[in-house]
Amino acid sequence: MKTGSRLEKVLEKGAFAVTSECGPPRGADPDVIREKGKLLEGVVDAVNITDCQTSVVRMSSLSACLILKEMGFDPILQMVTRDRNRIAIQSDVLGAAALGINNILCLSGDHQRFGDHPQAKNVYDIDSIQLIMTVKKMRDEKKFLNDQEMTKAPVLFIGAAENPFADPLEIRALRLAKKAAAGVEFIQTQCIFNLDRFAEWMREVVDMGLHEKVAILAGVTPLKSVGMGKYMKSQVPGMDVPDAVIERLKGVPKEKQGAEGIKICIETIQRLREMKGVRGVHIMAIEWEEKVSEIAKGADLLPRPKV
Amino acid sequence: MRLDYPPNVKIVRVPCTGKVDLLHILKAFEQGMDGVYVAGCLEGECHFLRGNLRAKKRVGHVKRILAALGINPERIQMYNLSAAMGGRFVEIAREMTGKVRALGPSPIKTGKGREFVEGQGEEKKQ
Amino acid sequence: MIVAQAKPIEDIVTMIDRYDKIILAGCKACVAVCAAGGEKEVGILASAITLARKRDGRAIEIREVTLERQCDPEYVEQIRGFAGDYQAVLSIACGVGVQYMAEHYKTIPALPGLNTSFMGGSLEQGVWSERCQGCGQCILHLTGGICPVTRCSKSLFNGPCGGSSKGKCEVSPEMECGWQLIIDRLKALGEFENRFTELFPIKDWSTSRDGGQRKITREDMKA
Repeated sequence: MKTGSRLEKVLEKGAFAVTSECGPPRGADPDVIREKGKLLEGVVDAVNITDCQTSVVRMSSLSACLILKEMGFDPILQMVTRDRNRIAIQSDVLGAAALGINNILCLSGDHQRFGDHPQAKNVYDIDSIQLIMTVKKMRDEKKFLNDQEMTKAPVLFIGAAENPFADPLEIRALRLAKKAAAGVEFIQTQCIFNLDRFAEWMREVVDMGLHEKVAILAGVTPLKSVGMGKYMKSQVPGMDVPDAVIERLKGVPKEKQGAEGIKICIETIQRLREMKGVRGVHIMAIEWEEKVSEIAKGADLLPRPKV
Repeated sequence: MRLDYPPNVKIVRVPCTGKVDLLHILKAFEQGMDGVYVAGCLEGECHFLRGNLRAKKRVGHVKRILAALGINPERIQMYNLSAAMGGRFVEIAREMTGKVRALGPSPIKTGKGREFVEGQGEEKKQ
Repeated sequence: MIVAQAKPIEDIVTMIDRYDKIILAGCKACVAVCAAGGEKEVGILASAITLARKRDGRAIEIREVTLERQCDPEYVEQIRGFAGDYQAVLSIACGVGVQYMAEHYKTIPALPGLNTSFMGGSLEQGVWSERCQGCGQCILHLTGGICPVTRCSKSLFNGPCGGSSKGKCEVSPEMECGWQLIIDRLKALGEFENRFTELFPIKDWSTSRDGGQRKITREDMKA
C-alpha cells in the first residue's frame, strides 16, 4: 500500500470497487456539492470531481474535493492538462496532497472548442500520459520535472481514463499499455454501452497482462431516455451507443424509459463484473446522482466494504 | 439581323471570358459604370474548356467585394449565350440596362454612401 | 510558406479612414504565392479602397508598390525615396513585413491589410493548410513526418486522445485526427511497433515562442 487512498485499499483487499462522480456547480455555492455528496454517502468507495468538464467553467475540482473530503469522502481529483502548464500542475499536485487528497485522475481534457469559452488559449504544455509521469516522479522520486528535490512528496494514488471505443480501435489497448508504463495505477473507462466491443478490448488488455498492473474500473452511465441515447450516440465524440440499446428504450413507454435505462445499467454492471480483469465500476450518472445508490443496490454492490 | 440594343452598353472585347480579371471589372466601376456584365459562352461550350466557369467565379467574387462595400451586388452579372444568339444578346442588353436603371446611379459615382447592407437586402433608397 | 488572408475590406477602410495619401505595399514572397498580398492583390485592394472612398465622396491617393520581400532591410528600403510623401503604409505582407515597415519608417504608421495565419502549404488551387508551429525543436523523424504539435488539436505527444473518431478530430468533422495520420504513416513505414509503444518524453518548450522572441545568429555569415 502506497497511499492513504480508500480506493487503493478496497482494490488491494480484492473487493469490486465502486466509484462515481460529481460535477461542481457553475457558481460559488458549496451546498450544491454537499447535496450531491449526500446522495452518494455509503454507496461509493471514492468519488471523482470533474475539472471543468466539456471545457465549461465550474468551481475548481480541488475546492470541491475538499468540501467532499470534509464530509468523509475519499475524493478523486480530476486534472486536465488543457488549462495548466507544468508549473501550475505541480503546484496543484502539491496543494492537493497537502489538503489530504489521496487520488488524482490524469486527463488531457476536452478541447475548449466545446465549452463556454471557445475563445480561450489552450495550454497543453504536457499531455495526459506525461501528467501520469509527472505525478509518479513527484511521488516516487520526490523530484520536480526539473529533477530538483522537493521537501515532502505528494502521496497520491494515480489514475487515468481510457476510451476503448475511440478510433483507431487497434491501438486502444496499446495506449493503455503506455499509460501503465507511465505509472498509472487505476483506470476508469469511457461509458460502456457496447459490451461486445468492451469485452474485445478487455481481452486484449488481459492478453497483454495489463490488468495485473492497472486496476480497471469499467465506466457505466444510465440512460434517462431515448433522446439522451441518441444524443450520446451522435453528438458525443468517442461514444459508442449500439442501436439495440436505443431500440430497447424505445420499446417501453416514455415515462418508463428512465427505469429501463437503470435496468440496462444494472445488467451491464453484472456482465462487467464477470469479465476477467474488471476490478470495479465507475458509475457516471450525469446530472442524475440520486440514482447511483439505486443502481449500486440493484447490482448488489452494497454495502461497501469497511477498510 | 440588324437588331438594336441600348446605346449605353459599352462593349469590351476579350478573347474568352476566362481572360476577364477582377481588376477589369473593378476598374469599370471605379471609372463610373453603373453596372457591368460579363457575357460568356454557354456553360460546357467553352473553347478553352473552363474559361466561362472561371469568369463566373470571378463575377461571384466581385459581387462579394461590392456587397462588402455597400454597393448593390446586382450591379455585376454574368450571362451565358452563344455567338449565334443575336436575339438573346439584345434581350440581355435590355434586361441589364433595365436592372441598372432601376437601381439608379452607382454610389461610386454619386458619393452618397452605402446603398446596400449585407444580409438585409437593398437599403432604402434616399 | 507563411499563409495569410485579407482582412475584411471594411476593416481596412476604417483603418485608413484618416488618411488621404497612402502607400499600399505588397510582397512577392509567401503572401504572393498564397494569393493574399502579391502584385495582383495590391491592384485589387487599391481598387476596392478607391471604390469605397468614391462611394463616400472622398478622394484617396494610393501609391501601389510590390516589393521583392518585406522581410529584408534592403527591399524595405526601396520605398525610402518617396515614403515621406505619404501619410501611412498599408502593408499586405505578413506580420513580419508590416513590422519591418514600422521599424524602417519611424514616423509613418504601418498598417496591416492581412491577417497572418500560419506556416503551411497549398493542398490544391485556393486551399491552404497549416503544417508547422515553429516550436524550434523538430521531432518529425520520430512521428512519421507528421507534426503532432500542429496537427493534433491538443498538441499531444502521446496521442490519440479519446476524441478521435473515424480518422477525424473531435474539434471538427472536417479536421483530420493528427494521431490517426501518424499511426497510419508509421505503419506504412514499418515503424509502428517501435515508435508508437515508446513513451514520448515531456517537451522542452523553451525553444518555442514560450522562451521569448527568438533570434538566430550565424557568425559565419555576418559581415
